[in-house]
Amino acid sequence: MIRASLWQRFAASRSGLIGLAILVLVLILAASAPVFFPGDPFAIVDKPFLPPFGTHLLGTDSLGRDMAAGIAHGAGTSLMIGLVATLAALFIGTLIGAFAGFYGGLVDNLLMRLTELFQTIPSFIFAIVLVAILSPSLSSTIIAIAVVSWPPIARLVRGEFLSLRRREFVEAAIVLGMGDLQMIFRQILPNCLSAIIVTGSLLVATAILVESALAFLGLGDPNIMSWGFMIGAGRTYLRTAWWLCAIPGIAILLTVLAINLVGEGLNDALNPRLRTL
Amino acid sequence: MPAPLLEISGLTVDLPPGADRPHAVEEVGLALAENEILCVVGESGSGKSVMARSILGLLPPRRLRVSAGRILFKGENLLAASAARLRQIRGGEIAMIFQEPMAALNPLMTIGRQIDEVVATHLNLPRAERRQRALELLRAVHLPDPERIIEAYPHQLSGGQRQRAMIAMALILEPAIIIADEPTTALDVTTQAQILALIRELRQRHRAGILFITHDFGVVAEIADRVAVMQRGRLVEWGTAAQVLNAPRHPYTRALIAAVPNLDPPPPRPYDRDSVLLQIEGLDKAYRSGGGLLGRRQRVVHAARDARLALRRGETLGLVGESGSGKSTLARCILRLVEADRGAIRLDGVDLRRLSRRAMRPWRKRLQMIFQDPFASLNPRARIAETIAAGPMLHGVPRAEAFARARELLGLVGLDPRAADRFPHEFSGGQRQRIGIARALALRPDILVADEPVSALDVSVQGQILELLAQIRERLQLSMLFITHDLRVAAQVCDSIAVMRRGEIVEYGPTAEIFAAPRHPYTRELLAAIPGKAWTKPKTDAVAEEAGSGR
Repeated sequence: MIRASLWQRFAASRSGLIGLAILVLVLILAASAPVFFPGDPFAIVDKPFLPPFGTHLLGTDSLGRDMAAGIAHGAGTSLMIGLVATLAALFIGTLIGAFAGFYGGLVDNLLMRLTELFQTIPSFIFAIVLVAILSPSLSSTIIAIAVVSWPPIARLVRGEFLSLRRREFVEAAIVLGMGDLQMIFRQILPNCLSAIIVTGSLLVATAILVESALAFLGLGDPNIMSWGFMIGAGRTYLRTAWWLCAIPGIAILLTVLAINLVGEGLNDALNPRLRTL
Repeated sequence: MPAPLLEISGLTVDLPPGADRPHAVEEVGLALAENEILCVVGESGSGKSVMARSILGLLPPRRLRVSAGRILFKGENLLAASAARLRQIRGGEIAMIFQEPMAALNPLMTIGRQIDEVVATHLNLPRAERRQRALELLRAVHLPDPERIIEAYPHQLSGGQRQRAMIAMALILEPAIIIADEPTTALDVTTQAQILALIRELRQRHRAGILFITHDFGVVAEIADRVAVMQRGRLVEWGTAAQVLNAPRHPYTRALIAAVPNLDPPPPRPYDRDSVLLQIEGLDKAYRSGGGLLGRRQRVVHAARDARLALRRGETLGLVGESGSGKSTLARCILRLVEADRGAIRLDGVDLRRLSRRAMRPWRKRLQMIFQDPFASLNPRARIAETIAAGPMLHGVPRAEAFARARELLGLVGLDPRAADRFPHEFSGGQRQRIGIARALALRPDILVADEPVSALDVSVQGQILELLAQIRERLQLSMLFITHDLRVAAQVCDSIAVMRRGEIVEYGPTAEIFAAPRHPYTRELLAAIPGKAWTKPKTDAVAEEAGSGR
């Protein structure tokens, strides 16, 4: 019953549905890349600078690589990095926030000062530094994004825990003799899941943007095709071959927009404070 | 019979589609004369507040809409009045007092400025004269030191002072009608008695018509000239106070009156007076705020001071006091939800306060708690069977057995065992309180601590829950620590009573003795403040069969 009404509430927002539709298309694109564009997306297939809608659907780039193959393979990269980095950030942020909010006092103080330490460093520069230290690769990109994006999650979860901690059902659990860990993960955490899911969905969009920016600067994994890398490689030809930058740019725009729309739809459907208005 | 000031006829207010009934208020007709207090009584959801708000056009736009009827104020139909005319009437000729003065006052403005704003909107008077008038009124509502109060912000006043300030604000333009929507519900009983006295005094002095909304028959008995009873949007009974209170005709009114707990304690119950189960010795708890690095002066509030209590097997001990008296803190100290500063909590001779949290865990199943707020005390994400079975499972009962016991307990507290797989939001407040009781009983405790278990419930539901608690404690031979601010409830439920004030137990003894011959002046003050104490409930057939809580 709850599941059905959740879907109904989500389906009530038109923008959320549009976002979901675009997102599903991007997912299909990513999943079908090996079928439609088998082989290496870095392979040279034709003359360079062929415009779109000619022999190749989206044209070729400065070295004669197929743009369509790049977009399709890049979709997988973007989504995968966005998702994995977000999951990692959620994991760290939720743990730290939960313990800080639940125990309060000294534990809270220590964990929150640590969180602030991370928050005071400008996040993108911090990510660049991390990738530079770890040497550019898929895993270092993920680690860098996760490390710079967990603090807001920790603050959110801490706030939820602080207010839920005082509720009578938590006191009831103490009176029953429940241990701390069980109280944190079985009683309180399920009650802040909706807030975490909403923030997490928006974080995926941010993660994709950061990944593109890193790849644009040449800090992505050199062996993996990515939208950011394509823009970076095409930027010097912006005036002569606009599609080198415009097509991956539009792909990023659409994907990020779709995820944001889905996130907002989820927020409307899950956030009880908005729903009761 | 003087001509009515306000005449409501055939008033119907529509609820939005999809609500549990089509109309919030249906075909209601009422008349209010000058120099009269008309009490509108009803339980939550009866439509009494919606009715009152529709008089001044204060219904939430779009969601609630008046669809039929007339509201005549001195012959003028308010439902047809323009927005400008309504603004003139609001505050000027009809004033309103709300339940929660803290929410109705602007926290960023001094009391003086808020009163001044009302006057300045309606009258063209020089500033000094307006101030003079405000000071006079603050004096008239018996606020101490009006010069200080006029410069004070709402948070600097106590609850009773804020409500007095609200009343002053309502009176400043000498309105013909005052609508008071549960004005004393958020106040302590002694403050409530003072505000009720003030409202009666003002009616005489200003000859105003007062429409007083309440759910409390004690308050009605204290203040009403005439009474109207509402049930599910309909007016079911109206008449003079004497008629309705002493010879109610409608079954619903009879049931409501029967559910009001009696003030005379029932004859003492037998229990073993020698076997002390729980002994509280010299328990202290102080809350400290301020201080620290910035060198502000530290404020210390004593929530419990040298508390000494003994709970015998099968006994129900009442902790009675007003808000802030420390009764809840004391109970939470006993359960170690709050750590006491010193003293001993002896259960079977073992001092629980000295146990580590881990060592305390096996003892927990002997002491269980029932909470005040049925909406906050159940985990909204857990099915109720899980909630009830959680305790036994923590103490080593196998899952299947714990769930079987949960279903049994649902039957015991009067719920359908098939409801076990549902979530808390599918239940009403009274049903949730039953679930909370089942959770507490699941561990087969010796002692139940009940923290205001009925104060969030409507009076008829309150009667049912008290009845259930009485049955359970007989059947399971439970000892109970019963915390309440309601002396009527305490009189019916408790074998002995400890009266608390500012963290101190000022009087402690058998219930009958305390009600018959209170020794401490504060106890006397509390007993004198019980609304409607002069009123003896009628003994009708309905009263006898309704059972209520009086046993």
